[in-house]
Amino acid sequence: MLAFIIRRLVQSIGVLLAVAFIAFAMFRFVGDPVNQIVSIEASPEERAQIRESLGLNDPFVVQFARYVGRAAQLDFGISYQFRQPVTKLLGERMPATLELAFVSAVFALVVGIPMGVYTALRRDSWLAKLFQAVSLVGVSLPTFLIGILLIYVFAVTLGWLPSFGRGEVVRIGDWWTTGFLTASGLRALILPSITLGMFQMTLIMRLVRAEMLEVLRTDYIKFARARGLTRRAINFGHALKNTLVPVITITGLQLGSIIAFAIITETVFQWPGMGVLFLQAVQNVDIPIMAAYLLLIAFLFVVINLAVDLLYAVVDPRLKVSVRAA
Amino acid sequence: MTQPVLSVRDLKVEFVTRRGVLKAIDGVSFDIAPGEVLGVVGESGAGKSVTGSAVIGLIEPPGRIAGGEIRLKGERIDNLPPEAMRRIRGKRIGMIFQDPLTSLNPLYTVGEQLVETIRTHLPLSAGQARRRAIDLLAEVGIPAPERRIDGYPHEFSGGMRQRVVIALALCAEPELVIADEPTTALDVSVQAQIITLIKRLCAERGTAVMLVTHDMGVIAETADRVAVMYSGRIAEIGPVRDVVKRPLHPYAVGLMGAIPSLEGQADRLVQIRGSMPRLSAIPPGCAFHPRCERAFARCSVDRPSPLDRDGRKVACHLYDEAQAEAAS
Repeated sequence: MLAFIIRRLVQSIGVLLAVAFIAFAMFRFVGDPVNQIVSIEASPEERAQIRESLGLNDPFVVQFARYVGRAAQLDFGISYQFRQPVTKLLGERMPATLELAFVSAVFALVVGIPMGVYTALRRDSWLAKLFQAVSLVGVSLPTFLIGILLIYVFAVTLGWLPSFGRGEVVRIGDWWTTGFLTASGLRALILPSITLGMFQMTLIMRLVRAEMLEVLRTDYIKFARARGLTRRAINFGHALKNTLVPVITITGLQLGSIIAFAIITETVFQWPGMGVLFLQAVQNVDIPIMAAYLLLIAFLFVVINLAVDLLYAVVDPRLKVSVRAA
Repeated sequence: MTQPVLSVRDLKVEFVTRRGVLKAIDGVSFDIAPGEVLGVVGESGAGKSVTGSAVIGLIEPPGRIAGGEIRLKGERIDNLPPEAMRRIRGKRIGMIFQDPLTSLNPLYTVGEQLVETIRTHLPLSAGQARRRAIDLLAEVGIPAPERRIDGYPHEFSGGMRQRVVIALALCAEPELVIADEPTTALDVSVQAQIITLIKRLCAERGTAVMLVTHDMGVIAETADRVAVMYSGRIAEIGPVRDVVKRPLHPYAVGLMGAIPSLEGQADRLVQIRGSMPRLSAIPPGCAFHPRCERAFARCSVDRPSPLDRDGRKVACHLYDEAQAEAAS
């Protein structure tokens, strides 16, 4: 088990280095960084001085090593547009994005799994057919459209929920702000998290349904019936547990996407998270932020994948053996 | 004669499909006495397994029991509500499936599966159920059961898993065990052990067995009586010695003739020409008549009903004629 974790950690570091290389390459190939910093009237001497002080005359490898070294210490440089450390900018906005992603993922799981189980067990009921139809809409409608529709119905027409922002937030410690502790913060979370989680919810529902149907056909479910186990024990103890391995995989990967693609939802709801920051960075060619964001998302994906691999072993005893052997 | 454990009368099972209603089982009747082993043989698709599923109440839509009755110790069970039938399954009728590699849930230890089944049917505490599970595993011949009980199915070999399946089928002391091709998926070397085990355990407990198989060797060694099925009907049913040595029904004759024998002469094996009709195209009259070498006019019109003959029942007009001749 330990060997497996170490092996995966080494692989993860490889992935992060590759992403760091791409992020670093952006600095080199998207224009001259010096131009981004100095004013137009700067003399060639001034430019050369800045170039030297930034270490841009060093060999490529040395510069890359320096970038990685700093990134490892969470130093991603200074944002061109805000003239502030990138780490501070991202850190300020990270709680908003992570809370939104967390609530979306919980929504997707808590609604998606029961709906999937229901549609598999009561395949012919009208409610199951309704869920199926709704899930088709959820899978095919683009996120921004769902967001705008929700805003139109619940914020504009009915006026029940706020249409933008995080509401009141409470500061916890030095670096975390939360919307979980105020009524307006919780209300503000509802529409964006439904918007962001809708696709994942329908995906999970369809996955659980398909897996359940598959598992219900297996011999061990037939044998469980022949042993006279209760319907409840068969459906939830035996069948559902066997559907969980693929569900964990997809949920894990989707959690990464939820964080990475919160950009659209954050834009629609003016959510003060990392996605909005990244979009501003793209518009202003603020490369330090873009590069740091890229690395951060890669880091999250790597961590989530590692967690998913470890979860498999918890759910499926057969994998524990292969994991041990690996 | 004592009351039979299982009594099936004129059982009909149909499958409703888009192309019409298929009769998988059409008028099957048989009894199993306490402690008796009834072998059920026939080609694939003859309705052997469906009969087993019907008895334990596991016919799934689009299949349905369309007629007849099934009695367990005289009590009718084919029309019980699902919850009452569930209580019978595993408690009074146990079942052993064909493939031990897929019959056990891979995510639970064998102990968890045994304890769950035991506690579903018997009022035992978790500790008592575990004790009982260990005893059962020892009885079915799993070495070091105290340790193995916490193993997962994938840690057992195929033969060992089938032993676990047998323990599961027997864990609530059922009156009847339905063994659906219990050795088909196993190594030849293990088959005999498993059959011996089933036979010994059921004999010790006085449990009746319905042994579904297409392996005549297994039947000849294990069963007390045998039912030969063809196209969802019983062609011949009687004591195993008589049916194997001197079959009456032409289909049974063909079937027994197709068994290679060790001491026999190296003649060609008998072959039954043609193949069993599809369920959608069962011929009128006797279902076997298009393939029967001794068929005559009446066979294609009149469906033969089972006749008592030499201590067995045979559904064939040949013996009706014989009876008529003998009477005259």
